[in-house]
Formats: sequence, C-alpha cells, structure tokens
Amino acid sequence: MPPHPHPPPRGGREGRGWRRFFMEFFFQLLIQGLSVGFLYALAALGFVMIFKSSSVLNFAHGDLLAIGAFLFLVLAAWAKIPFLLAFFLTLIGCFILGFIIERLFLRPLIGEALIMVIMLTVGLAAMFKGLLLFIFGGNLFAYPTFLPEGLSIRLGNINIPPVYVASFVISIIFLLLFGLFFKYSSQGIYMRSVADNQTAALSLGVHVRRVFALSWAIAALVCAMSGIILGIISGVNVHSISMIGLKVFPVVILGGLESIGGAIIGGIIIGVLETFTGGYISTSLREVVPYIVLVLILLVKPYGLFGLVEIERV
Amino acid sequence: MRKLKFHPCGNYKEKYEEELTIFETDYGRASMLIGLLILFVVIPWISSSYTLYIINHIGIFAIAAVGLNLLIGFTGQISLGHGAFFGVGGYTAAILSTKLGFPFPLSLLSAGIMTAIVGLVFGLPSARLKHLYLTIATLAGQFIIQFIFVQWESLTGGLQGIILPRANLFGLSLKSDFAFFYVVFISLVAMLWIAKNLLRTRFGRAFVAIRDNDRAAEGMGIPIFHYKLMAFAVSSFYAGFAGALWTHYLASITPDPFTLFLSVEFIAMIIIGGLGSLTGSVFGAIFITSLNEILSLASEYFMNLPALAGIALTIAPLREFIFGLAIVLFIIFEPRGLAEVWRIIRSSFRLWPFSY
Repeated sequence: MPPHPHPPPRGGREGRGWRRFFMEFFFQLLIQGLSVGFLYALAALGFVMIFKSSSVLNFAHGDLLAIGAFLFLVLAAWAKIPFLLAFFLTLIGCFILGFIIERLFLRPLIGEALIMVIMLTVGLAAMFKGLLLFIFGGNLFAYPTFLPEGLSIRLGNINIPPVYVASFVISIIFLLLFGLFFKYSSQGIYMRSVADNQTAALSLGVHVRRVFALSWAIAALVCAMSGIILGIISGVNVHSISMIGLKVFPVVILGGLESIGGAIIGGIIIGVLETFTGGYISTSLREVVPYIVLVLILLVKPYGLFGLVEIERV
Repeated sequence: MRKLKFHPCGNYKEKYEEELTIFETDYGRASMLIGLLILFVVIPWISSSYTLYIINHIGIFAIAAVGLNLLIGFTGQISLGHGAFFGVGGYTAAILSTKLGFPFPLSLLSAGIMTAIVGLVFGLPSARLKHLYLTIATLAGQFIIQFIFVQWESLTGGLQGIILPRANLFGLSLKSDFAFFYVVFISLVAMLWIAKNLLRTRFGRAFVAIRDNDRAAEGMGIPIFHYKLMAFAVSSFYAGFAGALWTHYLASITPDPFTLFLSVEFIAMIIIGGLGSLTGSVFGAIFITSLNEILSLASEYFMNLPALAGIALTIAPLREFIFGLAIVLFIIFEPRGLAEVWRIIRSSFRLWPFSY
C-alpha cells in the first residue's frame, strides 16, 4: 500500500512547496517502512528461535502466525472474552500447540536427515493453511480496536498509530528477553548446544527432546504474539499472514540466521526497502524486492550481516 | 539363445558390470516389455477421452517429478521453485511457437534448455551454500519468476496469458487426447530411460555421493559445485520439458497455476512416491493427480446437491490440507514412499510362503 501523496501546495514559491512535498513524502515512506520492518522483525523472532535451537528452517512459520491471529480473533472478537485475558489465553493455547506439533510431527524425526525435517515443515504449512482456509475461508476479518489512542506518537506532522508503538515496545522487550535467555539461562544454553551439535549435546547429558519441545512451544508463543499484532495492523486473513511468514526468509538471511538482533535490523532494512520501492519505483515490484535482495545476499554474503560465519563451503 | 535366469539366492556377483545391470533377471526385462505393451497398445484404446486426459496429466507431471527427484532424491538439494521452472518451460514453448513459429518438437527441446539455463542461475548460490540456504534461494526464485510471468506483459501476455496454435508433429495434428497420449508417454519413457542411465554413469554416482556425504565426496575428488549445478540444470530441463508439453496440451498458458503451491505439489509427489526412486516419481504423480481429480469430482458432486452446495465450496482448501497431511504422514511412517510399499508387496509375493 503506497502512501497517497497530498497534492502539492499551490501558490507561493513553487520550488519550496515541491521540496517540502518531497521531503514529507520521503519521511512518510521512511516511517511506514520502519513500521512494516518492525512487523517483519517481530514475525522473524519465532523463526530464529526454532532455527537457533534445532537448525530447522520452519516453512510453516507463516501459518503458525495465522493460527495465533485466528485464535485471538475467535477468543476476543467472537467469544467476547476481555482482551488482556484473551491475549494470554492465546499465548497459552499456542504454547500448548507448539508442544503438540513437536510431539506429533517432529519427535519421530529426531536423528533423521535435516532435509526430511524441512520437507515436513513444508507439509505442515500446507496442512495448517488448508485447515485455516477450511474453517475461516479466505475472508478478511478485523479485531475491534482496543489499543488506547494515547499511545500514538506525533513526529513533526506525521502520526504514528498506537499499534506500531506497541509493536516497537514489544519487539524491544522480546529482543532483550531472548538475548538474556540464550546467553544466561541454562535452557537457552542447552538450546544453543543442541543446535550446534545434536549428538554431542545428547552425549553430554542434554535432554534433547525436552529442548526441542520447549523451543517449539516458545516459538509458537512468539508466533502467536506476532500474529496478533499483524492481525491488528492489517486485518486477519490467511493468505496475507502466511505471505508475511514467507517474507521472514529474506529478513533472517539478511540479518543472519542465528541472530535475533540481526533479524530486527534485517526486518527494518527489508521493510524500508519495500516501501521505498513501492513509493518511488513501482508498486508491483514491491512484493518481489525482498526476494531479489535475498538472492543477492546469498550470492555475496550468505551468512548475513550478523550471522555466525560457519557455513561449510563444500 | 540366452537362458532365463531366476533370482539367485545370494549375492554372487563377480564383476562391476553385474552390479550395474538394470534388470537382474530376464523376467524383469520381459515384464517391463509387457508393461510397455499394455501402456501403448491397450490403455489408449480402452479408456475414454476423460480418462485419457487424466492419464496424460499424470504422464506430464511424472516427467517433472522425475526431474525433481533427480535433484532432491538423488543429489539431496531441496528446490522450492520447481513449479516456477515448470512455468518457465511452458512460457518458453508458448512464446517460441507463437512469436517465432517454432515447430512443436523443437519448442519442447528449447523450452527444456531455456529452463535449464534459468535453473543454473538459481543454482549458482549452491557454490557457497548448503541445502538449507539453497532451499531459500529457490524459494526466492519461485517468487521472482512468478513476478516476471505477470509483469513482463509484452512477452508473456500478463494475466491474460498466451493462446497457442494446436501442436502438430510431422504434419499430424495433435488435437485429440489420444494422439497426445503417445507424445506424452513416449517422452516419459525416453526421459525415464535417460534418467535411469544417467544415474548409472559417473554423474549419477557423483550425485548420490554428494547427497550421502558432501564432505566425503569432496575429499574423493568430486567437484561438488560442478555436479550440484549440473543436477540443477538437468532437473530444470525435465521441469521445462514437462511444462512445455503441458502448455501445448492445454493450448493456452496463464501465470495462475505456477505458484508455490505447485512446487509443494511436486515435492508431495516425490515424497509420496519415494525419494531417490524413479518409479516412485511416477507413482507419486499418479497418486497426486488422481487425488486432485477425486477431490474436484467430490466437490462437483456436492455442488449438484442443493443441500450440500455449501460444503462444496469449502472442499477446495481441503485439497491443500490433504496434500500437507499426505506429505507429513509419508515422511513419518514411510519415508521411502510408495516405491518401498511396492517393493515390499513384490518381494512378499516372491518370497511366499517363506516371507520373513
């Protein structure tokens, strides 16, 4: 959605009017890009979480986001549970769902080739998407508004809606929490060890199965949270949310697959790039730009900006 | 005259050539000949036009699935862009035969070669990356190619697509499903024959070595990058060839079918059929195409009952669900797919009554 530029101010000194108009357009695009970027960053958090602990590329990520968004929709908009309670219920529900997914689908594959696990997530993605479409159809739903207007911030004459502020705050909090979790908590260290070398971790007494279960559960929880915020901003629609799930790939590759901070910066860069392409070049190119960037990065700097340089060049 | 041999009750091979034979006994060769005879002589005469339409689809998708299996099943590189490559072949054939007036067989071959070149471009990241990253590169390829299909209107006709003239081969018009049956299945048999023999050569063994352990393969002096790219090119060639056949068969092309879902469908075919098995790819194509057909028949059936018309509309997404479920179940319970089931059935007949 490219921003609609206001008609340039008439009269007065023509040059200054145009310049102001262009500057405003530029800043509007920048702000919009930053907010879209934060969304991507938020969506990428859960993905990085799973990758960090089990080095599985989760192609079902977008559908996990959609599940969270729809669960919240059912609880908050249809069952009319108070928002805060519905929010926590959704988080808990998705946490349990993560456990179930791990137990049913991924546990049988422990020790199997990674290629099998990746294809399994491709299958899971089709499965979840089909199920959601079957239940809810391809319609666009919306949550009732519940964030207070007072949360919005004005920058000059550009208004930043409260959702973006909330998502900014939430992603910063999660960034800090996850950074600390992976660095200091014993579970986080177990997760890193499992991702690094499953067999070695197993022989050193790490409970690999528990680590997997926990990381999928936490990832599903983060997905639910991101999904809800996505739903607030752009409405709840299976297709659009699962598309955002695929945008996660350029984001995490740009930022470096293992790095949560990288995911956030990558998300912002991709978001800004997208809106600028949409604003200045062409709207249709907007959707593809992230993937073009992705291919270029893979060719030039495959471990991303902040990833660990440990790709084997075989 | 050679003597017909039975299966020996142990491994008595003395030469490498014996290890490499396709048919261990002459019975295998004979049963294949009988199978081909039934395929080409009996099936087209007894099936209706509608059945032939489905069988032709199976044949076309089987060619593409064989290509994908060469890449995923034998070389161990996952591609999520096979649907788009299929489309590249289709568009190349359409453009060549409408704008440049290429004859039908030549347009098939050039579509294959063109797609192989496109596949090479997206295989290039494999120089530095392992399959994990490569999968993402092919995902990007899928979206970029899809974008080009829609946006390059002067060449691809945009959303309207292109309408092709009827294909004709050596002056014979290929209008009927019956005539096309022979084109499709002669190509399929030829492609299977090529793939089977490719796998017996140096190249095929290098592919399998890369799949099993790339470091060891590199250590043994296999230029990995070279062979990965080659696997990409061969696999894309198959996809492009099949796509071109499909486009000529339907006589029109639009960007709609070549989505990520088509790529997932191809992956489903080879997982369900069996990774690393050429017969498996054919089984997978049969399974998925028939499943598709059964589901659309079911929704048509419900559509005609007024009380259940509502259900009919909701069945379409179930297709995706069932594909996903099939992939997941096969990976968990029978990772080697239908080919393995088929092998078990055959060997239990052979070993009966002492099958343990």
